[in-house]
Amino acid sequence: MIGLSTVRIDPAGLLAGFIADSKEAGGIVSFTGVVRGSNEGGDVSALRLDFHERLTPAALEAIAEDAHRRFALTRIAIVHRVGDVEPGEPIVFVAAAALHRRAAFDAVDFAMDKIKIEAPFWKCEMRDGVSHWIEASPEDHEDRARWEHELGR
Amino acid sequence: MKLRFFGRLRDQAGASEREVDIPAHVSTVSDARQWLGDDLPSLLEPTVRVALDDRLALPNDEIGDAREISFLPPVSGG
Repeated sequence: MIGLSTVRIDPAGLLAGFIADSKEAGGIVSFTGVVRGSNEGGDVSALRLDFHERLTPAALEAIAEDAHRRFALTRIAIVHRVGDVEPGEPIVFVAAAALHRRAAFDAVDFAMDKIKIEAPFWKCEMRDGVSHWIEASPEDHEDRARWEHELGR
Repeated sequence: MKLRFFGRLRDQAGASEREVDIPAHVSTVSDARQWLGDDLPSLLEPTVRVALDDRLALPNDEIGDAREISFLPPVSGG
C-alpha cells in the first residue's frame, strides 16, 4: 500500500487494514499528517498539492523500500494525498510493522523525514486569500540529515 | 519537445506545459536551462532539478531522444 490518493484519506480504515495484514509483526506504528489551519501567522483556507504522476509514486516506493530494508520491517504503508486539501484533512499516512516496536517507530520517523525532502510534492497554500508556494524548511533538511549519521544500523 | 513545469515554476511559466522545438545547439540538460533561462530565469536556480522523461538528470546529461523535460523546484511534501 504505497501511493497517492486524490480523495480524502481514511487513516483509521487504512490502519485497520494494515494491522489485519501484519499478523507476523510485534509492533505497528502509524503517523497521520494533517493540514494545519494556520501557518506563518495567517489563516490557511486551502492547500493544493502538485505532483509528478510517475516520479512521485516512484519516490514513495523508493522511500518505502529504503525504510523496509533499513529497519527490517515486516510491512510498510505510505499514502499521500494530492490535489486540493482542506485544513484538518489528513495529508499523509505512514505505517510500519516490525517484530519490535523501536524499529517501527524509527521507520515511520525516517520515512516522514525522507518524504519531506525527497518526494516530489509541491504545496501551494491559500493563506489570508493569497497563494504561497511552500518549500522544505531548514529544519526539514536537518531532520533528514539526522539519518545520514546512522548508516550501518 | 514537451517542457513541464511543477510547483511555483508553473505559475512563472504561465502554464504547466509548453511545446518547443529544441534548437540544434541545445544538447544537454545544462544547455536547455541556459536556453530557456532568458525567458524563465527561475530555471537557472541551482535548487531546481531536471528530469528527462521519468529520470532525474544531471547537468551534463544528453537530452537525446527524451520526449519530456520536467523542471522541479525544491519539494514540500508531508
